[in-house]
Amino acid sequence: MTQETNLSPNIVEEPGEATTRRFFLAAAGAAGLCYAAALAYPVYRYLASPEEMAMEATAVTEVTLKDAEKLPLGSVLMFKFGSAPAMLIHHADGRWISMTAVCTHLGCTVQYEPQADRIHCACHGGVYNPYTGANVSGPPPKPLKLFKVAVNTTGVDVSRA
Amino acid sequence: MTSKTITASVYDWVDERLGLSELAAFARHKTVPVHSQSFWYYWGGISLFLFMVQCFTGVLLLVYYRPGADAFESVRQITFVMHFGWLIRSAHSWSANLMMFSILVHMFSVFFMKAYRKPREFGWLSGMALLGLASVFGFSGYLLPMDELSYFATKVGLDIPSAIPWIGPAIANMLRGGPDVSDFTVQRFFALHVVVLPALFVPLLGFHLWLVQRHGNAVPPSEEAKPPSERKSMPFMPNFLRKDLAMWLISLNVLALLASVFPWALGKPFDPLAPAPLGIHPEWYFMSPFEMLKLLGVVLRGEAGEIAGILLFTIGIVLWLLIPFYDTQKESGRRSRAAHYFGLLAVFALLATTAIGYWTIR
Repeated sequence: MTQETNLSPNIVEEPGEATTRRFFLAAAGAAGLCYAAALAYPVYRYLASPEEMAMEATAVTEVTLKDAEKLPLGSVLMFKFGSAPAMLIHHADGRWISMTAVCTHLGCTVQYEPQADRIHCACHGGVYNPYTGANVSGPPPKPLKLFKVAVNTTGVDVSRA
Repeated sequence: MTSKTITASVYDWVDERLGLSELAAFARHKTVPVHSQSFWYYWGGISLFLFMVQCFTGVLLLVYYRPGADAFESVRQITFVMHFGWLIRSAHSWSANLMMFSILVHMFSVFFMKAYRKPREFGWLSGMALLGLASVFGFSGYLLPMDELSYFATKVGLDIPSAIPWIGPAIANMLRGGPDVSDFTVQRFFALHVVVLPALFVPLLGFHLWLVQRHGNAVPPSEEAKPPSERKSMPFMPNFLRKDLAMWLISLNVLALLASVFPWALGKPFDPLAPAPLGIHPEWYFMSPFEMLKLLGVVLRGEAGEIAGILLFTIGIVLWLLIPFYDTQKESGRRSRAAHYFGLLAVFALLATTAIGYWTIR
């Protein structure tokens, strides 16, 4: 069997050939990078689509909750402000309070407890004040952010404070 | 320590445990025959590349696809809402078609080069099994968007097994998940398409590739007749590998061009009460069997025609499958005429019925 070999070791490279070779390798590397980028970019954008949609949703500054003015005293309505959960509390004394429902400790969704008159996070036992959102006890490092509430005859408008 | 010595010691560490140098030595000694028909050696590799594209794009589609009642809506989202979703879906569909094409080219080149002869019978049989699985991949994947065309294609396709006497209807109902194509059908086709078929296909593909390493590339009889001193070959590493990769690059470019310039369409959502759309026809790789059954139905009317069609078809496939066992004249290197003409007849029948099929679309 005879073999057709292109690169036999005893061929001596001319100085000019070495430059051509280096140039070729650089060009091939650049082309390879272009291909990798052309493949990676659509794949990245495709996989990141939901994240981008969520980002668009967080740009929301006001949410209208239809018929929420009928919310009974001492109860809570959970809703989405942008992409994150939030709550609208109608306190027993008639006050309307709205704040984010994402615990500032590790991001669990918190719960309003009317009997104990507190906001509680079941994950690590964080407690917040249901009127001011202040972190009262447990691990939460920061208070819950309050929203502005406007009650009218057709619903409740909640907006960024 | 310089970076070179670090690389060398890492290599030695891994080599001692995994035997890399044995693999490297094997690769160094592997050669590929060079002759006028060498071009056909690339088609198995192209099929392999397109299968890898299928795995990659398939997993990406799986990220957003929802089988069952939500199927159409999720494909609509992939196509029109997610960034570049249309491109990934289009690449998956186009690559499936290109893969079918390259597998067929690979099969016919193996057939005409007589590469199925001893000791490569298992290569032929595993290859045919892979082609069969690829067709089931195609058929099951076609339903997943649950648009009008895929609904009717599946309806018609599953009517073929139901023509088998006695057990046919039970088989068709089992595949459909009921008497009609429904959400249940898409759910089980999904399980088939993404779990069952890959679990069968990948090990079989591994076996097929291992056999190629074991026996090397077959040469056509005309080459085999030459004395060994007149035969040429090239080293696999790096010469053939480089050419192989160049073919992959060409395939990637063709695929990218087709997928982006002719994006795969999505029809209307399926409606079980809507009439079949005009001009409905099977995918090109199912056109020939479909047309053959139709033509036989014209010759032999009614149920007899359907059964005769399926029977004739089965006999043809079995004859094709068993070719390594009755076309065995190897020593002389002479062409066995009968097998050669059988191959030509098969190519002619496939092309002719496909042409008639497209010609008679109304």
